[in-house]
Amino acid sequence: MFEEVATSKEGEQIINVGPQHPATHGVLHLIITLNGETIVNLEPNLGYIHRSIEKMCESLSYRQFIYTTSRMDYLAAHINNHACALTVEKAMQIEIPERAEVIRILVSELTRIASHELWWGAMAMDLGALSPFFYAFREREVITDIMEETCGARLTMNYMVPGGVMADIHPNFVKRVKDFIIQFKSRIDEYDQLVTGNIIFQNRMKNVGILSKEDAISYGTTGPTARGSGVSCDIRKIYPYSIYGKLQFDEVLETAGDSFARYLVRVKEMKQSISIIEQLIDNIPEGDFQAKTKAVLKLPKGEFYQRVETPRGELGVYIVSEGGTTPYRIKFRSPGFSNLSALNHMIKGHKIGDLVAVMGTLDLVIPDIDR
Amino acid sequence: MFSIENITNSFHNWLSSVLSETLVMLVEMGLIAIAAIALFAVLGLVLVYMERKVAAVIQIRLGPNRVGPMGIFQTSADTLKLVLKEGFMPNNVDKFLYKLAPFVVMITAMLILAPIPFAKGFQIWDINIGVFYITAISSISVIGILMAGWASNNKYSLLGAMRSGAQIVSYELSAGMAVLSIIVLTGSLNLNEIIESQRNGWWIFKGHIPALIAFVIYIIAVTAETNRAPFDMAEAESELTGGFHTEYAGMRFALFFLAEYINIFIVCAIGATLFFGGWMPFHIGNWEGFNHVMDFIPSFVWFFGKTFFLIFLIMWFRWTFPRLRIDQLLNLEWKYLLPISMFNLLLMTVIAIKGWHF
Repeated sequence: MFEEVATSKEGEQIINVGPQHPATHGVLHLIITLNGETIVNLEPNLGYIHRSIEKMCESLSYRQFIYTTSRMDYLAAHINNHACALTVEKAMQIEIPERAEVIRILVSELTRIASHELWWGAMAMDLGALSPFFYAFREREVITDIMEETCGARLTMNYMVPGGVMADIHPNFVKRVKDFIIQFKSRIDEYDQLVTGNIIFQNRMKNVGILSKEDAISYGTTGPTARGSGVSCDIRKIYPYSIYGKLQFDEVLETAGDSFARYLVRVKEMKQSISIIEQLIDNIPEGDFQAKTKAVLKLPKGEFYQRVETPRGELGVYIVSEGGTTPYRIKFRSPGFSNLSALNHMIKGHKIGDLVAVMGTLDLVIPDIDR
Repeated sequence: MFSIENITNSFHNWLSSVLSETLVMLVEMGLIAIAAIALFAVLGLVLVYMERKVAAVIQIRLGPNRVGPMGIFQTSADTLKLVLKEGFMPNNVDKFLYKLAPFVVMITAMLILAPIPFAKGFQIWDINIGVFYITAISSISVIGILMAGWASNNKYSLLGAMRSGAQIVSYELSAGMAVLSIIVLTGSLNLNEIIESQRNGWWIFKGHIPALIAFVIYIIAVTAETNRAPFDMAEAESELTGGFHTEYAGMRFALFFLAEYINIFIVCAIGATLFFGGWMPFHIGNWEGFNHVMDFIPSFVWFFGKTFFLIFLIMWFRWTFPRLRIDQLLNLEWKYLLPISMFNLLLMTVIAIKGWHF
């Protein structure tokens, strides 16, 4: 495969972006064929951070395997855990208490905001504006502090277990989340002025990396990447899981399909997440935070699938069980992989400077792609 | 009134009384060289420290605060580290050009320093075509950058160097036009005469709106010429890792780094000289009392104050704006800045001929 990729016509040159490169935010390797500054072809080369998580899961019990998924998409640990817990609960038909459901949604949406915040900062940093990164981290820090108090970890949280959540929320949780909402709402407008309204930023993002609606579907892109092209694909809306069906929020859709549309989708999604948190934070029901389950979980024989909406798109968990205490096979459908596959289509014919503007809006997390 | 001229003159007289004319010249040249290099080192340290502190304030952090009070020795420590580092050279580089490039960039920066009046009567070389000399010499630095990019045997470096070449060559035009519009008003290329002509008010106030436009164009163009964000195409660390200096390490890298900051200082010093009157204090027309009070502030304070204000402006840009794309960058120059500055120059000429300026 390498020989095939590495041939170039006269006047073209091959350039290797990554695996160590400031713009790839991880160990992604892109083999780019350049004609001057124009990108002719782009070939992602994966596998630098493959940890065979799926294979490892086959020798772990249904309580243990969830913890490996925090290391997949490390910016959305809660949501990965949620997907796994939901699959196990679906297979075993465990009813989980109302309180646990609400707590799950609350931390999931906080995670979504934290993830989008980090993406927002990194996006601006890729485009050369270094300061927004620090502003984004200021907000994200509040969320990680809240998580630390309640879940005991700041990044790779392992809070959700089959049957509910591992522990009850910290007494400070509600107050700190409310403080965060007030703070965040005032600052998101500042960010809009600083970055979204910036003429240089808009020039860099508009009409760059256009992905039409048809292409978005045929490449299997999901999440904000597809919604920026006008594809309605929010799992929380179209196949509601947990208690998302009862909540009031909008699916953010943009139709332009360029980098700026994808940017806007993510920024607006943060506001939607805040509104979801606002609906729930005053209405956390009393009761247990975990259903009574057996110490050793045994899934019935069969195949089980559950999908959730992570900040990057659709995460699917597919478990094949033979009735034992460990899964026979586990497959994760990660959003990043399909989104990355559309990159070549989007970037062709653009300048190398646009690579960061397009790749940034895909919000790639490499450990999620490689697993 | 305090003036450095008195000190230098008495020193020159004393030297002349003990040494022959040739020796005096040689000794003075040596002293000037030492002073210039010392100024270089100090400016580099101060500007890097300033950049880090400005960035820290903008980015809600503290910045360097461990080495010395307020971290003022941080940059010295960093320089020491760079000096002690191995002068690593990758395989298959063009050794001669690779080693030469940092010196070309550095020497160019040093040469431009010559005609700048730092204070009243404090100037290395009073040349009658000062502005022309500066514009001519400053174009040489692009050769050093191209050399570095070519010799490094690295595709990122080459791309960075090519971008830098295109960028510096095009932005020099509008920077030159902006400078010209002040030359039109003063009718002299001598920097001292330009400063003298601003005795009763700085050109940015006297030259009406065209002077203001020229100043804005000048600041944009020199930001691009010094490869600073938002025009840091040549480095663009998120695209090209480090651009032309990707393969440089240790002191060779430090020379590039230092030259960048010295260049910022120089362009800001020229900006301050042309638009804000250099070392000339702030004077308002015939307000004798006010002008007299302003004269008590030493001239070098005025010069460095104005220069550092402009440097702060350029640093502020860097930490606020995203980077442009290379084609947008060239569009901005050729489609907007150059036509505007040409028209502005025409306007300025009319003002100068009609004597409409104050």
